[in-house]
Amino acid sequence: MTDNLITLTIDGAPVSVPPGTLVIEAAKQAGVLVPHYCYHPGLPVAGLCRMCLVEIEKAPKLQIACATTVTEGMVVKTQTAPAKDARQGVLEFLLINHPLDCPICDQAGECELQDFVFQEGQASTRYAEFAKRFNPVEDFGPDVLYVPNRCILCTRCVRFMEDVAQEPVLNVSERGDRAFIGIHPEARLDHPWAGNVVDLCPVGSLLSKDFLHKARAWELDKTASICTGCSQGCNISLDTRDEVVVRVRPRPNLDVNRYFICDHGRMHYRWMNRGDRIEAPLIRHDGELKAVDWDEALDRVVGILRGASGGGKAVALVSPGASSEALAAAKRLLSGFTWTGAFQVVMGEEAPLAGVPNLALRAERAPNAKGAEQLGYTRDYAPALAAAKTAAVVLVLDDPDCAVETDGALLYLGTVLGDDAPCRKAEVVLPIANVAEEEGTFVNRDGREQRYFQAKPAPGMAQPAAWVLGQLAQAMAPPLPVAEVS
Amino acid sequence: MGYPHKPHPKETVVLSQYFGDADARTYKGWVKRGGYEALAQALKSDPVAVTDIVKESGLRGRGGAGFPTGLKWSFMPKEKKRPHYLCVNADESEPGTFKDREIMRWTPHALLEGTAIAAHAIRAEVAYIYIRGEFTEPWTIMERALGDANAAGVFGDIKIHLHRGAGAYICGEETALMNSIEGKRGNPRIKPPFPAAAGLFGLPTTINNVETLAAVPHIIKRGAAWYKGLCLSNPKSTGTKLFSVCGHVQRPGNYEVTMGFPLKDLLYDMCGGPPAGRTLKACIPGGSSVPILTREETEACLLDYEGVALKGSMLGSGGVIVFDDSADMVYQIMRLARFYAHESCAQCTQCREGTAWTTKILERILAGQGKTTDLDLLLDLSENMTGKTICVLSDSCAAPIVSGIKKFRGEFEAYLAGKRQPVMVS
Repeated sequence: MTDNLITLTIDGAPVSVPPGTLVIEAAKQAGVLVPHYCYHPGLPVAGLCRMCLVEIEKAPKLQIACATTVTEGMVVKTQTAPAKDARQGVLEFLLINHPLDCPICDQAGECELQDFVFQEGQASTRYAEFAKRFNPVEDFGPDVLYVPNRCILCTRCVRFMEDVAQEPVLNVSERGDRAFIGIHPEARLDHPWAGNVVDLCPVGSLLSKDFLHKARAWELDKTASICTGCSQGCNISLDTRDEVVVRVRPRPNLDVNRYFICDHGRMHYRWMNRGDRIEAPLIRHDGELKAVDWDEALDRVVGILRGASGGGKAVALVSPGASSEALAAAKRLLSGFTWTGAFQVVMGEEAPLAGVPNLALRAERAPNAKGAEQLGYTRDYAPALAAAKTAAVVLVLDDPDCAVETDGALLYLGTVLGDDAPCRKAEVVLPIANVAEEEGTFVNRDGREQRYFQAKPAPGMAQPAAWVLGQLAQAMAPPLPVAEVS
Repeated sequence: MGYPHKPHPKETVVLSQYFGDADARTYKGWVKRGGYEALAQALKSDPVAVTDIVKESGLRGRGGAGFPTGLKWSFMPKEKKRPHYLCVNADESEPGTFKDREIMRWTPHALLEGTAIAAHAIRAEVAYIYIRGEFTEPWTIMERALGDANAAGVFGDIKIHLHRGAGAYICGEETALMNSIEGKRGNPRIKPPFPAAAGLFGLPTTINNVETLAAVPHIIKRGAAWYKGLCLSNPKSTGTKLFSVCGHVQRPGNYEVTMGFPLKDLLYDMCGGPPAGRTLKACIPGGSSVPILTREETEACLLDYEGVALKGSMLGSGGVIVFDDSADMVYQIMRLARFYAHESCAQCTQCREGTAWTTKILERILAGQGKTTDLDLLLDLSENMTGKTICVLSDSCAAPIVSGIKKFRGEFEAYLAGKRQPVMVS
């Protein structure tokens, strides 16, 4: 491996990279961020913003780091006067027609134009007295607005639609300083992956209607998570403001989703903020569900399980959105029984992203079906539901609307419980955290185990399902039986 | 005007020999004049041998850059693994240049013959001739000529297509032209890869100018030594060159002279000099994209690649724009800048914004509202627009501004000081 590396120097730091690496990527390895706009590692190189001009020894003029491949012994300098002057020149040209409406722009705080101007731009303009270019805001699609006045024409959006989504509905219209991003007159930006143009836009020119004026970038906390929209397992960031999830953005993972997520996943977060949550453990008392503390509730469950155990039948009806940890703990809890575990998956339409191999919004709309399967849960849901009728214990995990009927004891762990939900008949209802409120693991369709983290606190007394089930398993049978994890 | 004019005695008539001779346009007429003999000869020889002859002749690209033609051909892959293409740049849009139009109008078969020879030399099976959209008459003539030549079967296995531009100056840039042929927006591409590695449709491509290719049959027929001998000054510049002279001269038009010919003789003897009572003030020697020359520089300039470079400009496409003492250089430079602002493809930041901004400043100066800092600002912006973009359109806008301010600073300052009547600019 090391034999094939090319060694070069960037701002005095030696760095070794594989042949064919672009200078801008090699610089990242050397800890140098070369300012850039049009370049994006997930898109074809355009080389047109001219922001990443750097000095390369022996080259007659400045070269763009995004389109120059490394050569052995190359000496790259990003901080020399000519390179800095060139970048300052580009920034000045970019700003002359930019409205500088940062105070009302959603991008402010995470804007690459702001960042680089702050870093090395000029303090004042020399373009005074001329009117700035004006074009009205355009409605591009279900979730995308185009604000042409802020546009720096880096064409990332055009290239995404053309080369990655492969539905070329955007273009550069007009020439010279009249240019703007145009949309096909009979088309909408409604491709299932179109929302990525908002993330790709380095400035506030392409905006998400869903996020419009919702929060300032600096008010957001970001948490690494995994999308629950389907079985692809796209890596995401849950952006929260005051403990409310306000936005979902892709988190780069070259092996799973590269830099992208689909619009279904992007919009699949409002339920995480639901207010009608179960906030306390409930136990049945005189026919009614009554709020109690955790100790009493757990004692009640242990009592039920002890009373029913001894080779009886137990059925677990689980959500394929539950963490592998919770699923494993549930299985362990019921290990004294003749055990059946099953889940059902909501199906939808598959929507691939044409330009990326093995990336699609999957028909299977659940994040952890594979993990459930690996733990021995079955997709044969109907037989399990039928078996529940005569089981001694039935455990329902986060599936309040499953049509469960049983003569045994019904235990329900969930986040919500509707008025007419079948799980209202449970002996015990235990409040659990949702995906944004706990840490856990999902296994995606390709068998990749991926961790997600807690973005906000769970409401009331709700606890992660894995904790609840773990407590119960521990209380049930010390010493613990060894979990069978396949 | 009686155009085309009778050749001036000082002209060396090679390419323009049949300008004005309608019979030479026809296939039969061309063959009668010895046409297609060079092609037949070339098709019988090895492509490398043809390339070597052109290399030996010293022919250099007539489109503006002056790159040695034979050398360019030899950049094509030695081992042919994929189809090769030839592109012919007939998108002549450089302000002040109108030589290719005349070649196509009067001697379409010269271009077709040169095209076929070049295609053979680079082992291309397909050649595209990209003709400027506004060239309606040349288009019709080329179409007929191609039809007649195809009917006569002179091209062997080589297929020649005509492709019509849609009116963008930038499509004369070689890679933008290729994008345009491919049906894409005419945006220049970043290089490398160079066309010889990945050009039209991503395949090895050579692109040549009309005038360059029109000279090729003559070289094949009369030999490299003959062509090389056509040289009055620097041996690196050989052959003849068509100069399109326009502006303040008494007899504007296309003139063909041997490389190294004095610009002064071209302007005064052949074109009759400035109108009566006027004196020469300035001259742009190579199309609007090159630096402006003063009268002194013009009168001492020799017309070859090196001679013009020595005076601080470029031979370019040979579009000679002449200004007499009545010309307002500030206005002229504003018109040039406005042209580039209109034609910028909008890819590179410096070009998209810089061409428009400099135009606005020049307009402001002309309107009597310039600021004392404007000249420094223009020079600084020009610096930012030079050598930093994908193609040279931005540089081309900056060149006349920089040379104009340097050489005619007094005229700018007169506007800035309010000593000159403001001009209505619309």
